Amino acid sequence: MTATVAKSTAHSIVESTPRARAVAGSLVILYAVITILPLVWIVATAFKSQSDAIAYPPKVLFQPTLEGYVNLFTVRTRQTPDFIAKLPPPETWYDKLVRQHDMVIAGPSKVVPRFVNSLIIGFGSTFLAVFLGTLAAYAFSRFRIPLADDLLFFILSTRMMPPVAVAIPIYLMYRQLNLTDTRLGMILLYTAVNVSLAVWLLKGFIDEIPREYEEAALVDGYTRLQALRKVVLPQAVTGIAATAIFCLIFSWNEYAFAVLLTSGEAQTMPPFIPFIIGEGGQDWPAVAAATTLFVVPIVLFTVLLRKHLLRGITFGAVRK
Amino acid sequence: MDKMTTILQPDHVTIPGVSEPAKSRATRRVRGLSDRAIAWLFVAPTIALLLAINIFPLVWMIRLSFTSLNLSMSYLPLRFVGLDNFTDILSDEDVWIRLQTTAQFVISSVALQVVIGLGLALLINRQFRGHSFWTTMILLPMMLSPAVVGNFWTLLFQPQIGPFNYLISLFTGVPPSSFSMTGEVALAPWTIVLVDTWMWAPYVMLICLAGLRSIPDYIYEAAEVDRASAWRQFWSITLPMTVPFLMLAVLFRAIENFKMFDMVNLLTSGGPGSTTELVSITLKRAAFEKWRTGYSSALAIILFVTVFGAANIYVKVLNKVKQR
Repeated sequence: MTATVAKSTAHSIVESTPRARAVAGSLVILYAVITILPLVWIVATAFKSQSDAIAYPPKVLFQPTLEGYVNLFTVRTRQTPDFIAKLPPPETWYDKLVRQHDMVIAGPSKVVPRFVNSLIIGFGSTFLAVFLGTLAAYAFSRFRIPLADDLLFFILSTRMMPPVAVAIPIYLMYRQLNLTDTRLGMILLYTAVNVSLAVWLLKGFIDEIPREYEEAALVDGYTRLQALRKVVLPQAVTGIAATAIFCLIFSWNEYAFAVLLTSGEAQTMPPFIPFIIGEGGQDWPAVAAATTLFVVPIVLFTVLLRKHLLRGITFGAVRK
Repeated sequence: MDKMTTILQPDHVTIPGVSEPAKSRATRRVRGLSDRAIAWLFVAPTIALLLAINIFPLVWMIRLSFTSLNLSMSYLPLRFVGLDNFTDILSDEDVWIRLQTTAQFVISSVALQVVIGLGLALLINRQFRGHSFWTTMILLPMMLSPAVVGNFWTLLFQPQIGPFNYLISLFTGVPPSSFSMTGEVALAPWTIVLVDTWMWAPYVMLICLAGLRSIPDYIYEAAEVDRASAWRQFWSITLPMTVPFLMLAVLFRAIENFKMFDMVNLLTSGGPGSTTELVSITLKRAAFEKWRTGYSSALAIILFVTVFGAANIYVKVLNKVKQR
């Protein structure tokens, strides 16, 4: 009797009773379901027609359509039924879809260039940040650097700066250097923000690689650089990949700098999505379609990253 | 001992003649660069980039904060006004109200996130079947772009067509179109707290979980021997041992929420009226709508000093956590 009581009251993992575990499990699952419900709603909205999306009461069951995606990728103009009647017969299913609403496709929308901007700026800044970060992290991990603690704090503190605050002087500086609304400008900016995370995170990963491997390589006549390339980097490859994905997610998601410093040429997806306007106001299916396309990579990365999540968000200081 | 200092033990110095191992290593490295050169070569680009994109602008901003520069009237000569901007800000009642709004938001959402996060962590720590899958599901919101999140919650909160009001009306009978989560003075601040908690409670959970896992089982076993009650164990073991981790989560969330801009800008853009106008929104309006660059630079510096102070504490807590 006493033993069972003791067991049911224990916090430790080993001693949880099946019942305690079942209760805990169902509560967590309930929370998780509530958490993902909004996301599910958005993904579903992307497959609604405009009329289903703005129906009252909100529709849970609906006839799925690709209207939202067609609207996202095209710019449409409203035409009179007479005008549409005179046009050659619709060639594709999406032509047909658009004409049902007395519209014709006028051309491609800006979504593809915005998506390409997100990709270029995201990957560009990630590559640079990880490259610079690996070098710096290696140096901090392996060499005696004067004022290392202060330098590391300085590096971290740059990431703590409020983007809106830093955006003012950066805006002025970029105007002087002709970097406003350019991909290069955004890549440099995001690299600067990401490099702090990269250094902290990678330092943690490199610290864990035993020094003895390099020492052995050095004894074998390798130079430091050779030892880094042939011994340390292969060992750190998982850490580097995780760091890269964290940097990519940051640049992919960033909004404040993007909205304040870009207006067209270098605009990324986050400032673009909220302003997808259709005929007669916000085109919710198209917005939801854009959101879905934008969020899918992040969901995949989250699943890939789950083991490293804790490190990534605490700058590598806490590990599971 | 502090981990950082352990790493920086002098065994990798290459000054010849200082110690035997150092000497032998220095003579061995005839080809290739010396360690000292490599260290600087590797750290310099990062520092240079940060100096160019963070420190230089910051210094510029400090200079501008003493001027009356207005970018919409940039033909006017740059006039130095001393501390006028700072005294203007600190004597402006509106700014104090914005700071109060921000503080209320930070405190209420961080408190809510700690309660939910710690609760979830305690539950997940029981390791029920499938716990890692559901944990990953819970973590999804925090990986999303706050701007996109703000935007799609706008749809969910639409009084007529949004599912949120509809669900509330199903349970309470209040007509869905009779209230607007983002458009009402009484509700808008709580809407921000709600969405922020949806996104970030998992963050607190994750850190608490790391804290819980760091508690060795034998402590609980000892408590069992002493017949300590479940509550007693929670208050005397679990909580005190997770506190440094909780502190870390609280600090980081507080810093992030204090400078929060993206989600609020899309969800309510500070409205209705200025009920949800956080300092960062005020700053953006002053800088990029009214173009009062001098004034907004001064405000930015006040904001920055606050965050910098908090970051300092953050690193101290971080080091404390790392020592364990």
